[in-house]
Amino acid sequence: MKLTRFALPLIAAAALAGCSSAVKLDEPAPVETRTTTPPASTTSQGTTAPAAESRVATVDLNAQYTEQVRDKRVVYFDFDSDAVKEEYRPLVELHAKRLNNNKRLAMTLEGHTDERGGREYNLALGQRRAEAVAKSLTLLGVGGAQVEAVSFGKERPAAQGSGEEAWAKNRRVELKDK
Amino acid sequence: MLEPLVSVSRRRTLAALAALGAGPALAQLRIDIAGVGGTRVPVAIVDFRDESKSPQPIAAIVRADLERSGLFRSVDAPAGLSETSVPVWTDWRARQADALAAGSVSRLADGRLDIRFKLWDVVKGAEVVGEAHAVQPDDARLAAHRIADTIYQKLTGDRGVFATRMAYVTKAGRRFSLVIADADGEGAKVALASPEPIISPAWAPNGRELAYVSFESGKATVRIQDVQTGGRRVLADFKGTNSAPAWSPDGQQLAISLSREGGTQLFVINRDGSGLRRIAQSGAIDTEACYSPDGSKIYFVSDRGGSPQVYRMPASGGSAERVTFGGNYNISPAVSPDGRTLAYISRIGGAFRLSVMDLGTGQAQQISDANDDESPSFAPNGRLIVYASRAGGKEVLMTTTLDGKIKTPLLVTLAEVREPTWGPFTRQ
Repeated sequence: MKLTRFALPLIAAAALAGCSSAVKLDEPAPVETRTTTPPASTTSQGTTAPAAESRVATVDLNAQYTEQVRDKRVVYFDFDSDAVKEEYRPLVELHAKRLNNNKRLAMTLEGHTDERGGREYNLALGQRRAEAVAKSLTLLGVGGAQVEAVSFGKERPAAQGSGEEAWAKNRRVELKDK
Repeated sequence: MLEPLVSVSRRRTLAALAALGAGPALAQLRIDIAGVGGTRVPVAIVDFRDESKSPQPIAAIVRADLERSGLFRSVDAPAGLSETSVPVWTDWRARQADALAAGSVSRLADGRLDIRFKLWDVVKGAEVVGEAHAVQPDDARLAAHRIADTIYQKLTGDRGVFATRMAYVTKAGRRFSLVIADADGEGAKVALASPEPIISPAWAPNGRELAYVSFESGKATVRIQDVQTGGRRVLADFKGTNSAPAWSPDGQQLAISLSREGGTQLFVINRDGSGLRRIAQSGAIDTEACYSPDGSKIYFVSDRGGSPQVYRMPASGGSAERVTFGGNYNISPAVSPDGRTLAYISRIGGAFRLSVMDLGTGQAQQISDANDDESPSFAPNGRLIVYASRAGGKEVLMTTTLDGKIKTPLLVTLAEVREPTWGPFTRQ
């Protein structure tokens, strides 16, 4: 992306929007169109320095969020339930921040069930769980195109065997980057 | 080990079918008869004259087919008779045979086998039927099954299913295979090998294609595969999960479950992938569609009432009526070919059990006392149901009569087996 072409409209947009966080370079400026003729190089020189700082800050945030969610990629569920429990609210919020910060990021939410019951009905239950997590994210502003809810039903257990200990580990949604 | 017909990891289609060998690394399907009930009709099947000209032992296959049905038992049948003989009735009555069959095998000038047989009613002392089958040597086994079908039909009045095939899925470690085998478990061929799960195989009514759900692309998509050539195509790969294919009786469209509009809902799609249309709207899970044999209705599973039950609605969509009422978990509907019986899985006290319902009276009956029954499928003569169950800690396939009285386990020695589906009468 060329700083000289977008710096001026974006700085203007930032001022208009009253943004206090880093400028989002991959979002179109709300008032300017992209076909605006580029500003003369002398005028842009004075604005390059602050824009460069903002860009560096955005990249750091992206990496920061990615690191923060590294070990927070599974949501577990109670038996026969697709309710996203309160204890997972911080996890969901973290993922929402990450996705909102980088609109080019897309994720697959993979729903699973424990081994009990029919394959197709469990496929649908896993789908319900994945969609529940997706909804939690979209309610926090994440775009619908950024999350795809899919299901593996009981076909891909995380823990083998029977009994509540294994079953509890299998009733889950995994949040994976595409 | 020979190549499977299609291997997902290799991403290429092989032109020839490959047979599963009997090697230690592969699953072997063997039939085991246990728990036979009722009186079995004694039949004498004489080894066919010049049977060694056939690559397959015709009489032995016929005997095994008839015994496996649970309705017949073989009596001693010394060699020496063929279809041209005149049986000595006193001899056969002394052997306690009610029916007698004998035949011969000869080679035709063009290399084909001429397999002939006659069936006699020993009690009446009269001929019942005689047939001649001209087949390529490779089809000797199929000819034997067709002879068993004829004998079965003449003696019971029902069409035999010995010449039909089944498809099922095996799992060995992280390797999944979609397998097609004869109804006696022989001739198993791997139609698809994949490192990802395969579920819900469904035969096209003409027996030429199989639809199934594959997870090879990282999520559930519905595919259709030509049984003969192995050629595959994607039928449904929409956003989210695509599953539960069910062919309409005329083979022109399939009902499928899609999550593309949120939730799991029922759609119908033409067999070529065109004409997608949604046929039900519920805020619940709607899945496992199954057409009635006359194509006018679709049975399906829905938890719109709070728990999964079997419902029925017009095939083009419309208001649904609930069909199952016992218990709070009824899934996996299958309708008999005459449209009169529903087979399904019912959770009773934590155990998942095969059940049947008379659709005329609504009378339901649990016909299994196992704990983990799945995916019932009717034989095309409506006399048997094949289903997946668990015995001795292993997944196995079982066939049962509709009253649950005669059950025959099909043992798989090495792999887990699940998702059986019985093929149609027409064998291409």
